[in-house]
Parts: sequence; structure tokens; C-alpha cells
Amino acid sequence: MVKQISATEAAAMIKPGSRVAIGGFLAAGAPESIIDALVERKVDKLHMIVIASDWENRGVGKLVVNHLVKSAQVSHLGTNKAIQAQMNAGEIDIELVPQGTLMERVRAFGAGLGGVLTPTGLGTVVEEGKQIIHCNGKDYILEPAIESDFAIVRAHKADKLGNLTFSKTSRNSNPIMAMAGKITIVEVDEIVEIGEIDPEAVTCPGVFVDYLVLSKEV
Amino acid sequence: MANDKRAMIGARIAKELKDGDYVNLGIGLPTEAVNHIPAGVHVVFQSENGMLGAGPNPEEGKEDKDLVNAGGGYITALPGASYFDSATSFAIIRGGHIDITVLGALQVDQEGNLANWMIPGKMVPGMGGAMDLVTGAKKVIVAMEHVDKNGNSKILKKCSLPLTAKAKVSLIITDMAVIEVKKEGLTLLEIAEGLSVEEVVKATEAELTVPCVVNRF
Repeated sequence: MVKQISATEAAAMIKPGSRVAIGGFLAAGAPESIIDALVERKVDKLHMIVIASDWENRGVGKLVVNHLVKSAQVSHLGTNKAIQAQMNAGEIDIELVPQGTLMERVRAFGAGLGGVLTPTGLGTVVEEGKQIIHCNGKDYILEPAIESDFAIVRAHKADKLGNLTFSKTSRNSNPIMAMAGKITIVEVDEIVEIGEIDPEAVTCPGVFVDYLVLSKEV
Repeated sequence: MANDKRAMIGARIAKELKDGDYVNLGIGLPTEAVNHIPAGVHVVFQSENGMLGAGPNPEEGKEDKDLVNAGGGYITALPGASYFDSATSFAIIRGGHIDITVLGALQVDQEGNLANWMIPGKMVPGMGGAMDLVTGAKKVIVAMEHVDKNGNSKILKKCSLPLTAKAKVSLIITDMAVIEVKKEGLTLLEIAEGLSVEEVVKATEAELTVPCVVNRF
């Protein structure tokens, strides 16, 4: 059984300096209630693993604006001026990672793999300092798995075993991030009894989930 | 860019889309193509945040916060649409299952190299999904203005900005010309109405092969 906790309790569990993989894509499918609780408790020095830095007032952008992020692995910053300013001022360390590569590196950690081989980034700055592996007649960049202490994700519905369903394009990185947290906390719209979700509809099995938080957005 | 130029580029991109194609259009200019797809041609649009079968913007009042495109804008789902996670979305992209991707560019060069994700010291938005798209799509089309706002050619002998991918572009569509990219270099296929071949060549830093017949578009 997974345990239901409040957003505040979730934020209390996450210590300053933690590596957090957070679901969402430009704040669609972002765990807003848990993000707000992290802001409220001023949990800082976070290493953030996210697709995008979202907007200043939505999604993980709120963590950036409140100076809670010391470093990030992220594919896109274009919608958030604050993170670009902090990067230029040397306040935040950014590793830009192609989005598909980021997803596979996170998934690799969750799947017990050491890394992945990808052609994305060959001949660009992305390959600098990395090992090139010749395999099946082609070149690939060896990209190491990305480890996280906590995955903080957003789903639509959960049962009490943590089986999850998602809503439309709010699924995005959430099931991948959920696989890769040493501890995975999921913010949901609704928690139902075991057996109420059709097994065919389960997009992320509860084995990946540790804690559930009811969203304040509902 | 003026609306008529945007429409012209959109219409020309649309000509490249064949019935049954799976297509990913970059945010901005490439999405103009949606308005020009000929009757009888059915293509499936991918949105890299996790959807195939992306449809037009919803009517006012029918927006759904869980149904957005890769730019965060509200969209709709057409019959036959599917949703999936980001790893699956990039398996589709990187794995060669997208027939055509159309992206904007800061620079393209005569070796088919593309630069569209950063200007060091000025603008660092990140590559997002662009590197995967350019690496994996079967055909990469660049749609952009021929020259930058200072009048300098964006089609160069060699890109000076950090690359998005090496030797992946196969067609360049601008407000002035349609240019094919091959291993041997660039060929001028078409020029816009009202322009001469000389004007296009002059506005292009890269070397252009000009065939006997250059059509209008």
C-alpha cells in the first residue's frame, strides 16, 4: 500500500540539496501543489531534472524564481527569463540535455541501466567530453543514466496501490520520472479504491509509487 | 515577417506533405503549413509532448488545460489521436517513425548543417526536442526567412553558431527560394514570384547550383 500524505508533508521529506526529477511539460501535468509546498518551506539547493523550466509563475519556474534551484538538467529554458538570468549570473549550473536523451537517461536509471547510446547530438557540443561508441555500424554517444533521490509527478487518478492514470498530454514525462525516483511522490486529482481502475487503463503501475498527495487544484 | 510571406512559405511546405505522412511541425512559421494542406491529403501531426493526431485550436471556452501542444498552446484531438509519454514520443522521433519535420533556423549551411538552438552570450533557450527531431526524422525541412533582420544571408557556406545536427537538412524553404540540399551542395529549385535568380543568388552566402530551369512558387 502506498501512503497518502499532504503536500506539506511531502515537501518536509525532501531535504535541501536533494536531486529531484519533476514531471510536466511547460507546466502541463506539473505537480503544482507539491511545488508550492517546496516554495513555502524554502527547500533549497535542489538539483532539478525536468523537461523545461516552465514559466515564472507556473510549474517548476516557481522553484527557480524563489532561488531554490542550484543546478538543473533540462532541455528547454526559453519560456523562463529568471533561469536564464540566474544562469548568466553564475547562480545556477545548467546542463542542457536534448529532450529525448533526457527522457532515456532518466528511464535508464529507473530501469537499472547504466546509460543509453543515442545518435542525438553527434557533431554538436552535446558530444563534447563524452565517449563515442561504434555499434552495429553506426556511431552513438554514450549518455549515462540520471539518478534522482525523489521523483515528484502528477497523475490524474490513483488507486490505493499507487496504480496511475493520466489525462491527455499531461502524461508527458510523468510516468518516466515516476520510474526513476528512489522515492516517488505523486500528486493526483482523485484517489480510488483498489480494483476501481481497469488494469488496461493503468499507465504507470503502482510498484513505482511510494506516496500520494491529493492536489489542491481539484 | 509579413502575413503574405508567411502564407507563401506555409503553402510551399504543405506541398511537401504527402497523404499518410506523420509530420512534426516546429513552433512558429512551420505551423503555417496547417492552413494549406490540399483537400484529400491526410497527414497525422505529432506533438512531441506526447500526442499523435493533434488538431486545430479549440473554440473559445472549450480549452482543456490537459490538451496542449509543445509550445503550451491549447489544441484539440482529432479522431484516431493517441496520447503517450515523453520517452515513447521521442522513440517515435528518434527511431525514424516521423516522415517529415519542419523547423525554423538561425543558420543553415551548404553541408546541410543546422543551427537553431542558441546564440552564445545572447540567447540560450536550449535545444528542447530539436536535436532529436533533426537526427531522427526521415526528411528535415528548414522553413525560415532567407536573410536576417540586418539583411545578412542565413544560408551560409559554414554555420558559425553551435549546431543542432550535422548534415541532416534536405530542403530549405524561405520567402525567396526553395533550395535542395545534397551531398554535393545546394541546388536552387524554385524562386518566389517577382524575384530574379540573380537577386536570390546575391542574398545567399552559400554556393548555389542554378539549373537551366528554375520554377516559380
